[in-house]
Amino acid sequence: MKYKSQKVAYWFFALSMLLIVLQITYGFIMGFAHMGFDGLHNIIPFNAARATHNNLLVVWLLSGFMGAAYYIIPEEAQQELVSVKLAYVQLITLALVGVTAVIGFHFNWWEGRKFLEIPRELDFLVVINVITFLGIILATLFKGKKQSTTAMVLTMGLVFAALLYLPGMIWFDNQGMDSFFRWWVVHLWVEGVWELIMGGILAFLLIKLTGVDREVIEKWLYVIVGLTFLSGILGTGHHYYYIGAPEYWLIIGGIFSALEPLAFLGMALFAIHMYRKGGRNHPNKTALFWTLGSAIVSFVGAGLLGLAHTLPQVNMYTHGTLVTAMHGHLAFWGAYGMIVFAMISYALPQLTGRKLYNTVTGLYGFWLSLIGMVGMTTAFGVAGVAQVYLERRIGLDFMVAQQEIEVHFLVLVLCATIFATGITMFIIDFVRYGQPNDEALIGEDEVNSLENA
Amino acid sequence: MLSKKQAKAFFLGGTVLFSAIFLALSVETVTSSMPEKTNDSQITEAVVRGKEIWDSNNCMGCHTILGEGAYYAPELTRVYSRKGESYIKTVLMAKEPWAPRGRKMVAYALSEEEANDAVAFFKWINEMDLNGFPPEPDPALSK
Ligand code: HEM
Ligand SMILES: [Fe+2]
Repeated sequence: MKYKSQKVAYWFFALSMLLIVLQITYGFIMGFAHMGFDGLHNIIPFNAARATHNNLLVVWLLSGFMGAAYYIIPEEAQQELVSVKLAYVQLITLALVGVTAVIGFHFNWWEGRKFLEIPRELDFLVVINVITFLGIILATLFKGKKQSTTAMVLTMGLVFAALLYLPGMIWFDNQGMDSFFRWWVVHLWVEGVWELIMGGILAFLLIKLTGVDREVIEKWLYVIVGLTFLSGILGTGHHYYYIGAPEYWLIIGGIFSALEPLAFLGMALFAIHMYRKGGRNHPNKTALFWTLGSAIVSFVGAGLLGLAHTLPQVNMYTHGTLVTAMHGHLAFWGAYGMIVFAMISYALPQLTGRKLYNTVTGLYGFWLSLIGMVGMTTAFGVAGVAQVYLERRIGLDFMVAQQEIEVHFLVLVLCATIFATGITMFIIDFVRYGQPNDEALIGEDEVNSLENA
Repeated sequence: MLSKKQAKAFFLGGTVLFSAIFLALSVETVTSSMPEKTNDSQITEAVVRGKEIWDSNNCMGCHTILGEGAYYAPELTRVYSRKGESYIKTVLMAKEPWAPRGRKMVAYALSEEEANDAVAFFKWINEMDLNGFPPEPDPALSK
């Protein structure tokens, strides 16, 4: 690391690790409930587990993105963060709001709006927290010596993500309208502005890991995020087919969302091509695995599995079934989970000065989590397709169909165990790196010689 | 070959253009088409109270409505016509977890008035024009 203040990033990453463990725990609770073992029903009913699982996901990803920004922005802008103290305050308040929300879910304190369950009162605290974060990032960026494209795209993604949270805070009496604007948050995040965040992190990592010329990488970054908005904004229509919105969304949503995989294909080809083109043989192979992995798996999970149910003719039958869960898991993991893990893998040796680059645990952490998640996706997919036929095509009662597909949740839980083992290995490495320290500070020349080693 | 400047123009131009189209369509949807298709004028106070019950208990954390929510409990968009008023009220007023086929629902033990509000909400949802959702099963397949 080159700037002392980059150390803040470490603690955001640590918070991410803590929350992902909790997220997975609640995932297991739901997996068992689907198998018929709902012994916790009285303390943690399914909807509490579900709200906790989804919101912890969002918070650990955001914490990871924030950590990434606190690491990347000083380096790109060549400027220490304007206030480290404020960044720590922001970290602690983020953790407090997150924990309060999750505890509240267990006491029926929430809003029944998928992904936006955090109650309105806490929403305002989230907004203040995010404004603090953006204030630090923007002030640092514009005080700095330069505003690189990578830093600008990353920051733009973060600013837009904050702005798009606001329409989700408006109350509507009409369930359809409520849903209409809920997607401004959820869809325009994951299929819009979060792709800018992912693209920015990906570009930063590729510049560092492959040594390809910045101008080339950033040019393609523009093309990719251009494709994202070209398809993803009107692609929001794929959530408007069946919620009481007019029929023109079937055509517009169908066509534009079917183009969305292009942006993810772009990410994958971009990463692979830059890797092949790059002359630099960076010693941190674990970070390289996660970086390329994220670009490729996001294309499969978000691009291909999204395409699988995005046309209105298909979505009519799959809408609101486990097919959605199949896609949701690999998409979130590939695009956003893995890019956060890539960033952490790259940053830890820099922050701590320890070069545990290519440990066995690091390697297995990558492969086991990937194999486990692909297995889970398959189990959800098989269960989902069976559900569609039994319930939507043949017309069996919901619960009769559920009992038919129960066995797939056994497979799901087994694969989830493989996934969790991979995550455990990653966390073991995280702990072994220890805390960041100033001895890891190095000058420009050393950075270059290290990276070209 | 494409220059960085052109790539930037493609990104910024596309963003502005497609955001503008999206905003225009959204205005049309929420001010005109959607109120009509969802019978917005028939949202009574009881429906609003019913939605509050739906929202504040996070029913969507297990069920789906309009196909949105979780996949643990039945789709409720057409529950009003499928099950009828008295069945819905029995479930919501039950003091023990409702579990006709083993999977438990939270026992909400709603009052009669609250249950009536929830029914009003489901009845309003039931009448929405949803472009053909949920699909009708094919009777030929179940023979
Ligand atoms: C990284 C990007 C993406 C992530 C994280 C993601 C995640 C998700 C999640 C979690 C849901 C369920 C949301 C809910 O029910 O509340 C969902 C729904 C959906 N996604 Fe994605 N997605 C991504 C990209 C895509 C792409 C590129 C496409 C299309 C090509 C797509 C198509 C869909 C469709 C059609 C649904 C609606 C399913 C339904 O309710 O009928 N997604 N996505
Ligand atoms: Fe979407």
